[in-house]
Amino acid sequence: MDRIPILKVGDCLLVTIQVDMHDELAMSLQEDLTSQIAKHASRGVLIDISSLEVVDSFIGRMLANIAAMSRVLDAQTVLTGMQPAVAITLVELGMSLPGIKTALNVERGMELLREFTQQNVGLEDSDGSED
Amino acid sequence: MALKTETFPIATSDDVVRVRQVTRIWSTELKFSLVDQTKFVTATSELARNTLEHGGGGTMTAEIIENGTRRGLRLTFRDEGPGISDINLALRDGYTTGGGMGLGLSGSKRLVNEFDIKSEPGRGTVVTIVRWK
Repeated sequence: MDRIPILKVGDCLLVTIQVDMHDELAMSLQEDLTSQIAKHASRGVLIDISSLEVVDSFIGRMLANIAAMSRVLDAQTVLTGMQPAVAITLVELGMSLPGIKTALNVERGMELLREFTQQNVGLEDSDGSED
Repeated sequence: MALKTETFPIATSDDVVRVRQVTRIWSTELKFSLVDQTKFVTATSELARNTLEHGGGGTMTAEIIENGTRRGLRLTFRDEGPGISDINLALRDGYTTGGGMGLGLSGSKRLVNEFDIKSEPGRGTVVTIVRWK
């Protein structure tokens, strides 16, 4: 069975969804990502959907699940590159994806993740010095 | 009446992907705007998944129809599954029996120009949607 590749970049994971996913493929991405987060102790996950022409309620739910699961595993998810027509359709469908951080493109998404991971390092440092 | 008609099976999740692509190609032929295409393809995806998951599989019939000078795309999703006993309840946002978000039927109704559903418990479900150019 085909799989969507997950790239490790520093302490982040990068996923580019470029195919029209059938439901099983979306489910396997969810499982693969969570196990990769745990394996590499990743702090951030970036999912680029700029080549996705359709996001229906199933894919929307899968994306929301990934964001929730990675949060529980101490990683931040950013969704990048959503096409305007997809955004219009998703909101009209009734899915505004609350709880998912988004960025217009991969570059801004990486910036967001960098801010997040550095912020947390800073917190740990200040905790350490106070003790 | 219909200018072009074709029926496609919905038996696996690959078929759901295939009928999405069919809707994309046909709505491009009809020169729908990108947003209208995306809405209609998304509605196709929701309804085809319903046919597969709840109806145990079925078919999608695509038709290019004409009303005066207007052209439109009509899709009919047919299954012979268990049917829906309370259609009004099934059309409510957030109502789900499949463990999803309950947006499949109610959401796709918002994405199309015309929406019709007929169902009888034990005899199956027929959902028809139309998008006009």
